[in-house]
Amino acid sequence: MKRVYVNEKWCLGCHLCEYNCAFANSGETDMVKALKNKKIFPRVHIEQSGDITYAVSCRHCTDPLCVKSCIAGAISKLDGVVKIDKTKCVGCLTCVLVCPYGAVRPGPDGAANKCELCLENSCGEPACVKGCPNNAIVYEERQG
Amino acid sequence: MSKYVIIGNGVAAAGCIEGIRSVDKDGEITVFSAEKHPVYSRPLISYYLEGKTTVEKMNYRSGDFYKQNGVRAVYEKAESIDAKRAEVTFGRSKEKYEKLCIAAGSSPFVPPMDGLDSVKDKFTFMTLDDSLALEKKLKKNSRVLIVGAGLIGLKCAEGILERVGSVTVCDLADRVLSSILDSECAAVMQKHLEKHGITFLLSDSVVKFDKNKAVMKSKKTVDFDILVLAVGVRADIQLAKDAGCETDRGIVIDTKMKTSVDGIYAAGDCAQGFDSSTGTNRVLAILPNAYMQGFCAGVNMAGGEKSMTDAIPMNSIGFFGLHCASAGVCPSDGEGEIYEQRSCGGIKRLYIKDDRLAGYIIIGDVTGAGIYTRIIREKTDLCYVDVDKLKKDATLAMFLPENRRKMLGGVV
Repeated sequence: MKRVYVNEKWCLGCHLCEYNCAFANSGETDMVKALKNKKIFPRVHIEQSGDITYAVSCRHCTDPLCVKSCIAGAISKLDGVVKIDKTKCVGCLTCVLVCPYGAVRPGPDGAANKCELCLENSCGEPACVKGCPNNAIVYEERQG
Repeated sequence: MSKYVIIGNGVAAAGCIEGIRSVDKDGEITVFSAEKHPVYSRPLISYYLEGKTTVEKMNYRSGDFYKQNGVRAVYEKAESIDAKRAEVTFGRSKEKYEKLCIAAGSSPFVPPMDGLDSVKDKFTFMTLDDSLALEKKLKKNSRVLIVGAGLIGLKCAEGILERVGSVTVCDLADRVLSSILDSECAAVMQKHLEKHGITFLLSDSVVKFDKNKAVMKSKKTVDFDILVLAVGVRADIQLAKDAGCETDRGIVIDTKMKTSVDGIYAAGDCAQGFDSSTGTNRVLAILPNAYMQGFCAGVNMAGGEKSMTDAIPMNSIGFFGLHCASAGVCPSDGEGEIYEQRSCGGIKRLYIKDDRLAGYIIIGDVTGAGIYTRIIREKTDLCYVDVDKLKKDATLAMFLPENRRKMLGGVV
């Protein structure tokens, strides 16, 4: 199962991943139109610890707590991808309460928001990885 | 005869079915449902009244859930359990089992109240049918009195506020959400709820009802058209008790969800399991716990090996756009260190005790709260955590670099 992995050694903290993510999930074809002067809700975010920066996004856990905890039965894991059915989500944020990585976050519409690997948007592969200038985020198979 | 019988058809039962099927693909499963609905998300009944979901979307699992899992769902109430014969009685029939899981949930507790019989439109707020019945009575000018300012009472208040004339909530406690919030945090939430138009009568209780009037202990009177009773809930333990299972406030279970009677398991709001935050057995009537206990019971019923030792109280709840996340305990002895941060309209309180994060409450921006929940659940020694960073923000920056690298660079 391919997942997104982060190498903080190479992260520049440029936040490009956040913009590429927000754009890929915006449904817009023009990046400026999608992002300019808008509050963005990327599904990957950069954190900083001293001089170190790194990207955080859903780990698509082997045994995901968010799936088991969702009060609406709106989160499921299928073929290795943890997904939120936004039509069922009521925005209670129990998933935010339990995600051990802080990777599920409140979204623009009140529903919870998280990385779904861009498999169903126009990008088709993780946009954060595709646009990372320094290979600090990769999408690959690793052993547990 | 069924190999597995589950009494109850809520989220713990769904977890139990999925737990059984993770081990045994074939064994016959029978579910007894006292409610005439397939498994639905009970906490969504207030969102339904608010118009944020529909009865159809409230289904916890897809329409073919029972079929897919080879489950026979019997929409009848299980009436008794004969542990010696290993059978459950329902209607005029009996069902034998090899392994039984009691996931009967809980019921609203309605204390004896003077004059309650004289009130025409009174409701509890626990089931989908309760919600549908209440909805039928809601009118634009209805005056609603809700007894109980806990999770159920306040979610009900939020759900109906836009559909009625006024909502008054009374509670014996001196603050709202007294089971999850301390006074400081409760004050923030109360202010927000009042701003949205809910009226509170706290540290007060109804002495007497007289049709459409409630006389309070404070001598105040409240005129109402609709009464909602949300005083509290009690675990449904009677079936288990009669079957010989050890019971207390709930059905007592071990970390494998076994009751004291061989072959009988229990899970969800009716069960009293291990709470790792206090080190005691407690009823933790929260949905995530119900699912996980159900799943754990199912695995063990089917001959697998699973135990649950890290359950903690935790809640995520929002009102009119203001969110609240909480987990763990609030040390009541005052010996722990309390760290407080206030932001515009919000508050965060962290409770640190014996080099552990013992509990927290955040009202407002709950982003990253799961990281706090995690270090409570995992009982992380704070010597492995940068405490200054922990206090500031809930981010992975609080962890040692090598631990963080494992989280983001490994399969988890």
